[in-house]
Amino acid sequence: MKKAFWLAGAAILALTQTAAAGDTIKIGFVSTFSGPTAVIGNDMRNSFELALDHLGRRMGGKPVEVIYEDDGQKPDVGKQKTEKLIQSDKVDFIAGYIWSNVLLASLKTAVDSKTFLISANAGPSQLAGELCSPYVFSTSWQNDQTPQAVGTYMNQKGVKSVFLIGPNYAAGKDMLAGVKSTFKGQVVGEEYTVWPSQLDFSAELTKAKNSKAESIFVFYPGAAGVQFLNQYAQAGIKGQIPLYTAFTIDELSLPLQKDNAIGVPGAQQWVNDLPNAENKKFVEDYRKKYTGLRPTFYGAQSYDAVNLINSAVVAVKGDTSKKDEMKAEMEKANFKSVRGPFKYGKNHIPIQNFYLQDVVKDADGQLSLKTVATIVKDDQDRFVDKCPMK
Amino acid sequence: MLVLVEQSLNGLQFGLLLFLLAAGLTLVFGIMDFVNLAHGSLYMMGAYFAATFVAWTNSFVLGILMALGATLLLGILLEFVALRHLYGRDHLDQVLATFGLILFFNDAVRLIWGPAGLSLPLPSWLTVPVQIVPGVFYPAYRLSIIVVALAVAAMLYVVVMRTRIGMLIRAGASNREMIGALGINIKLLFTLVFGLGAALAGLAGLMQAPILTVQIGMGENILILAFVIIVIGGIGSIRGAFLAAIFVGMIDTLGRAFLPDLLRTVLSSAAASTAAPALSSMLIYLLMAIVLVVRPEGLFPAAKR
Repeated sequence: MKKAFWLAGAAILALTQTAAAGDTIKIGFVSTFSGPTAVIGNDMRNSFELALDHLGRRMGGKPVEVIYEDDGQKPDVGKQKTEKLIQSDKVDFIAGYIWSNVLLASLKTAVDSKTFLISANAGPSQLAGELCSPYVFSTSWQNDQTPQAVGTYMNQKGVKSVFLIGPNYAAGKDMLAGVKSTFKGQVVGEEYTVWPSQLDFSAELTKAKNSKAESIFVFYPGAAGVQFLNQYAQAGIKGQIPLYTAFTIDELSLPLQKDNAIGVPGAQQWVNDLPNAENKKFVEDYRKKYTGLRPTFYGAQSYDAVNLINSAVVAVKGDTSKKDEMKAEMEKANFKSVRGPFKYGKNHIPIQNFYLQDVVKDADGQLSLKTVATIVKDDQDRFVDKCPMK
Repeated sequence: MLVLVEQSLNGLQFGLLLFLLAAGLTLVFGIMDFVNLAHGSLYMMGAYFAATFVAWTNSFVLGILMALGATLLLGILLEFVALRHLYGRDHLDQVLATFGLILFFNDAVRLIWGPAGLSLPLPSWLTVPVQIVPGVFYPAYRLSIIVVALAVAAMLYVVVMRTRIGMLIRAGASNREMIGALGINIKLLFTLVFGLGAALAGLAGLMQAPILTVQIGMGENILILAFVIIVIGGIGSIRGAFLAAIFVGMIDTLGRAFLPDLLRTVLSSAAASTAAPALSSMLIYLLMAIVLVVRPEGLFPAAKR
């Protein structure tokens, strides 16, 4: 009798312990938390945390645990961190990734282990095309889409020629290719700079100025964008050749770019003033929780990533071993995005609107981004046909 | 033709900026025989001081001068507190200790100024392009960097080669004990030299600040170039550092400017435009390798000790 009691006790203890192991939803988050682009990673983490707060830090009835890892903006480090999260931490989901080259280096590890990977920013063309995977979803865009929208806008403005400048890595090449795919005028020149070490653009600006192009298109995320705008203004080209941008002016770089950013149009799928209830709540609560800071599109995409993951976990009532059901649920994009409506293409890249954004002074007298017009509606990326997935 | 003039000015400006950084490093590494990896941190501190003081005083010139003084003081303090205990030690110890200082400075900056970085706006009289020859306009601020750096180079040459202090510095580097025995306060002398090196790094940083953003770790990439310049120019030679810096600045800029077009004559346009930036950033290291093979001492080595 006594022995049976102890045995039963031990059995129950063992049971509860195995249950406890699967009792949390584990998410790995890889982003850049050190070096000059750490502000972007911090913003993504802030929004990720805010979204978890809004969910009561539980998904499908289970507590959520997030492990943040720093890729230092280096593809090899990102790959190592991804391997660590999947192999030793055994996460259920992996999310984050600012940089296309870091994501491409980490992709195979996630796909081979059948771990769901949610890209909250990077959108290399390969991911939308030949490397698309049932286990990979994007809450951002394919790299080419935003510059394609800028190209369309330049056509609307009647721009005849453009000089393209961007960094020499996966996303830089996608961005310039994106503009070229929609812009109907002439591409006078195309310059790539060493990424991320080159911060002086004097040689490229001189070439752009002497090319007699009617406009310049540029893609420089993070601090490099601040530097480019600085040097563009100092070289006196600002008054001569108008600038068009993608991912160069955002709520993080704006406080440093100040007046240099005024009058420079860009495109984005999310702007802080999009009129939907989720977005209002996101922007207001972000500014309340992180005083002095403003959310960015990087953050909005991370916020969406949490809600996408949540929708899948809720659908399987917390049983993350049901991968097929989770995949089917995520394909429905069954959550309220802060960017308003979007649905997934068969390659798991969102089909969504792109808006023209402008820099204005907001109610607090601070510079802020404003939605001016919708450039393209329900845009699907141009690599979807290369994706073998059905 | 006019494009070549303008691109050469870009190269000259970049080279002269690198010289300021390399000159400070030459003083400390070449003359004092001390490996200071934290030289880039002083460059960063110069930029942060400038952004802060310009914002405080609302005057660009005053803020810059205060920042220069602050980096000089910081350099002297750093030498006094930490580095003077490392002079007699192995180079490896110095590398480790000064690498630690890089981490210290990066985190200190993060604590004081936050992770987002600062901007240093130029006064309006420096933002206008200036016409140098008919048809060629050049940004006034980049032109002023050229002028300041040339002036500093001339001053440095006079101080080190033509004055008593300079003679003592050179003598102290050759034989510490002997110059100490002659009744010269060698400790104080080295402290001052280190302060001067720090001020030069700070000057490079604060002059670069309005062009780039002021951010954590900004000195690390550029420090590698400074070391390359010292190796090419010959360790310990200010003249070598000067010529090598201009050389490197020119090669880097002209490579970026003309290599893509050159490659397009043999490669497809797409391949050329992606290969060119990679190749042009390699050119400098290629040059260093060639110099090391042909003249292991560098192009203009300091006089034999």
